[in-house]
Amino acid sequence: MIDLYHKMLLIRRFEEKVEELFSRGMIGGTCHLCVGQEACAVGAVSVLGKNDLVISTHRGHGHLLAKGGDPRRVMAELMGKATGYCQGKGGTQHMCAIELGFLGTNGITGGGLPIATGAGLSAKLRNSGQVILVFFGDGASNQGTFHESLNMASIWKLPVIYFCENNLYGMSMSSSRSMNVTSVAERAVAYGIRGYSVDGMDVLAVREAVGGVLDAVRGGMGPVLIEGRTYRFVGHSKSDKRVYRTEAEESEWRVRDPVISFDRYLPGLKAREAEVLRVQQQVEAEVTESVEFGMRSELASPESALSGVYV
Amino acid sequence: MLMSEMTYSEGIRTALREEMKRDPSVVLIGEDIGVYGGAFGVTAGLWDEFGSDRIIETPISENSFIGVATGAAMTGLRPVVEIMFMDFIALAMDQIMNHASKLHYIYAGQVNVPLVIRTPAGGGRGYGASHSQCLESWFMNVPGLKVVVPSTPDDAFRMLKAAIRYDGPVLFVEHKLLYKKRGEVFECQDSEIAFGGAVVRRAGTDVTVAAYSRMVDLALDAADLLVEDGVEIEVIDLRTLNPLDSATIAKSVEKTGHFVVVEEGCKRGGVGAEVAARVAEECMEFLDGPVMRVGAEDSPIPSAMSLEAQVLPVADDIVVACKDALAW
Ligand SMILES: Cc1ncc(C[n+]2csc(CCOP(=O)(O)OP(=O)(O)O)c2C)c(N)n1
Ligand SMILES: [Mg+2]
Repeated sequence: MIDLYHKMLLIRRFEEKVEELFSRGMIGGTCHLCVGQEACAVGAVSVLGKNDLVISTHRGHGHLLAKGGDPRRVMAELMGKATGYCQGKGGTQHMCAIELGFLGTNGITGGGLPIATGAGLSAKLRNSGQVILVFFGDGASNQGTFHESLNMASIWKLPVIYFCENNLYGMSMSSSRSMNVTSVAERAVAYGIRGYSVDGMDVLAVREAVGGVLDAVRGGMGPVLIEGRTYRFVGHSKSDKRVYRTEAEESEWRVRDPVISFDRYLPGLKAREAEVLRVQQQVEAEVTESVEFGMRSELASPESALSGVYV
Repeated sequence: MLMSEMTYSEGIRTALREEMKRDPSVVLIGEDIGVYGGAFGVTAGLWDEFGSDRIIETPISENSFIGVATGAAMTGLRPVVEIMFMDFIALAMDQIMNHASKLHYIYAGQVNVPLVIRTPAGGGRGYGASHSQCLESWFMNVPGLKVVVPSTPDDAFRMLKAAIRYDGPVLFVEHKLLYKKRGEVFECQDSEIAFGGAVVRRAGTDVTVAAYSRMVDLALDAADLLVEDGVEIEVIDLRTLNPLDSATIAKSVEKTGHFVVVEEGCKRGGVGAEVAARVAEECMEFLDGPVMRVGAEDSPIPSAMSLEAQVLPVADDIVVACKDALAW
């Protein structure tokens, strides 16, 4: 339980630090932070085995950290350094850590869904016993790839868990405007698979939902669609003034913060004050160290820009 | 008559606003183009003016909303679609090339497809491999699709109006780094609304340099640098890639005897390959040296700014290409 808290707090502090470094110009490009959505990342990944695979989205720092990503190497990647997970080539939206079973963040909305389906096909044909968990957003569930992927996974009974982080918006478009169902999980019916909707702010509920189907998915039952209902506390990306939603709605969700008000979701943890304090100090140190590591790392060599292209 | 000085982005917005006012069949279709104003703020404010009847915000479904726009265009509307980043146009390739571009022809003229697809291309912002590409070369290989690549606010304004009034599909390629570029924009009468052919942006005698979109500014920078070496280049802004105004190029090459073509996208199989081939076909008698191409390296675009700079062309690359062309 303390580990769940540790991971969620790490993701929270890491993202806050990224935002700060971004404003100070120490990170370039753009990025999408997952502040508010930590319980989905941590809850879902926490029940997976080491060999299981995770495929992520544009909002993927948390998913990678949850799968065991080294904050130093994530930060270095964001800073474009040679020590980053992809040596500066990938950046925030194209970051892979294959040794951790993390098959990449993805800059194309809905782009990870077929890749995950293919990894599922491969796992099945190779008899590897792996489960593939793919994160995607409510917005991504409107891409053709969603429909096509779930259909194939269903007919082929692939070991894939499709985990939708429904944070109620795809950029400025609320899911109530982008689809005529109240829950993405309802869409499971169209593919003849099971669909579940859970409180995505509650790390234990997410854990239970994914944990509850894991063995069956691994055992050949076929894919499952799980929706975690959550909220991003920050803008879509750096330049977002959030004019499409109200402050009242934001504060309503803030109350359910999965990290700050962790005692709501991790009952009993608050009593273990000393441990909690230790975790908090540890996280501060990890984040500080990630920044220092990133800063002292070298930029990737100019020649490396052109290496590694298939010909 | 001078209307005012404005940015490239304002030029586009002004064209949209004027055409939407003039013709009720003009509608905007795309992601986050309403109250959010589009990812780059190009449609900011139009939502308040025109509302949800004229600005259709879509779910994230690029392939199908281009198809939706095509269907709407065939049946009486004049949709202007925004694809948020040019990279995402890859998702809609089928609807663009197998449908929108072909239907008028294969249905023997029974339908028109007055569709504009606006999209920002280009790197230079550290967005990485899926948010930085210039893919216009792909579309030069699609018969039936106009490809428009403005480099100034005035061209963006006038050519977008022309695109909206044109009865066939037009790919209107904007550039992220041009959105804030300022310039004079001139009012235009209906009779003056046209795509226009290529134009000479700077006259010179030694090398003809053809460029488009943001690369025109780089070519003009290169021209300044080359003056120090006593080289006067003539910079041509192509403005449209399909059709390609090879007559303007030929006229210049006749004078200079040397030719360089510049693009930001991949050099291999790129726009320059087609332009260079046309020059080889049509200008052989004028050429006193090899045709040179400048473009991006043969690599996906890396995210780190320091690496991205290794891949994308810079003014110095144009300088070198001009010297190479002359050295032969
Ligand atoms: C194919 C494609 N279309 C559009 C975008 C731009 N874009 C990036 S994230 C995003 C919203 C995605 O919404 P959702 O799937 O709900 O994920 P969230 O951002 O809420 O985490 C959009 C429109 C993109 N990156 N790729
Ligand atoms: Mg969302």
